[in-house]
Amino acid sequence: MANYSTNEFKGGLKIMMDGEPCSILENEMVKPGKGQAFNRVRIRKLISGKVLEKTFKSGESVEGADVMDTDLAYLYTDGEFWHFMNNETFEQIAADEKALGDAVKWLVENDVCTITLWNGSPIAVTPPNFVELEITETDPGLKGDTAGTGGKPATLTTGAVVRVPLFVQIGEVIKVDTRSGEYVGRVK
Amino acid sequence: MSATLWAPSASIETLKQRAAILRTIREFFYTRNVMEVETPSLSGASVTDVHLASFYTTFVGPGHAGGLPLYLQTSPEFAMKRLLAAGSGPIFQLCKAFRNEEAGSHHNPEFTMLEWYRPGFDEFALMDEMDELMQLILNVEPAERLTYQQAFEQVLALDPLTATLTQLQALASEHGFADIAKNETNKDTLLQLLFCMKVEPTIGQTNPCFVYHFPASQAALAQICEHDARVAGRFELYYKNMELANGFNELTNAKEQAKRFDEDNAYRADNGLNHVPMDKRLIAALEHGLPKCAGVAMGIDRLVMLATDKDKIKDVIAFDVERA
Repeated sequence: MANYSTNEFKGGLKIMMDGEPCSILENEMVKPGKGQAFNRVRIRKLISGKVLEKTFKSGESVEGADVMDTDLAYLYTDGEFWHFMNNETFEQIAADEKALGDAVKWLVENDVCTITLWNGSPIAVTPPNFVELEITETDPGLKGDTAGTGGKPATLTTGAVVRVPLFVQIGEVIKVDTRSGEYVGRVK
Repeated sequence: MSATLWAPSASIETLKQRAAILRTIREFFYTRNVMEVETPSLSGASVTDVHLASFYTTFVGPGHAGGLPLYLQTSPEFAMKRLLAAGSGPIFQLCKAFRNEEAGSHHNPEFTMLEWYRPGFDEFALMDEMDELMQLILNVEPAERLTYQQAFEQVLALDPLTATLTQLQALASEHGFADIAKNETNKDTLLQLLFCMKVEPTIGQTNPCFVYHFPASQAALAQICEHDARVAGRFELYYKNMELANGFNELTNAKEQAKRFDEDNAYRADNGLNHVPMDKRLIAALEHGLPKCAGVAMGIDRLVMLATDKDKIKDVIAFDVERA
């Protein structure tokens, strides 16, 4: 992999740090008028998801990370792996539980997810921003209630639990924002 | 905004405030009989400072068919000192300065500098005058004053003037800079790292703060102090996480100045940096005689940022480098 100097640092660049692929979020130059320049960089570790700040001496180089994002459709799980397919090449990739992380509760068959590959292996799965899932369990709630009273928990087919308005019932399909885990609305 | 980025990066309202500040500065000096001057942006020599990179071009024209190498000046300091040596008396300049390799929220490769010189002043008298200008423009209380040693010790509990390389490496590691510290053998680099990242964010938060008596190893163009050879007559002004100005009790000794330029170029050669021709016209002017004086350079864009409460330098200049 190529090395990148601090001048090439920008949001989205993938580099290696402490043996882990990382994505640069922000890069800010700090330089006294008379003296050495530094780069204060905000970095997200792609496996642990941790965000940290790291300072480099300007001009230093770091090793790039062979990381790429690819959009794949979710097919099924065999209990150990989750299988995804490229809808154009029909090539399949299997991601393990670690790579899946929280995404597991938002997987809907045929939804296109972003799979992050490091050296060709999946390390992260990002579900679509919005998914539609059916409610399998929730309290009956009161008739005539409207949104905004705090709502109630509802369990979805994937096991995810989302707060929904009291009027939403078992068997209904709802739209959820996967970034916040919040209920968006009912799907007619 | 259009993808062509034709529109200014600063609002017209901010540019009006900026114009008013420039007017206030000029009036401040006018009432004090400090003469406004203009000196070349392009010069055949440039600063040897190992941490500054000059833009470089070639003039081709009458008398210079073979090309005359010219550097865009990183500050008007050398030419202004030549005016002082020629008997100009107190002078100021508001001009563009140019520094390659610098861009960010507090840096633009081309920026506006206010530089002024006061024959007969030492660094403390000049700090007094600067303080008045700050109060006038930023509407602040008089500035605090700390020596470099005090500022460093009060935050990091280590004396920067006596600290060993090992102590500085350990201190930097302790503060999260282990990767830099383990390979860094230059004490000044570690001091600058710790000062920038740890000390600066704690000083001058309510009112501006002068830090003076910088270590002699970071004297740049300042005199070494007579009372303590470990420190130099160099000061900086900080306010709200911004380095606003750098000033000197000016070095007037031509031999010492030439020696510092040579040392910079020797360091440049050892570290793969380009050689920068020493400004022999400055050295000749010092040999002729520079009056005892103090001088300071202030970043006007940053001053406007503080006066208008903006976070980014591009918010106070008409067109930043991405729109230039």
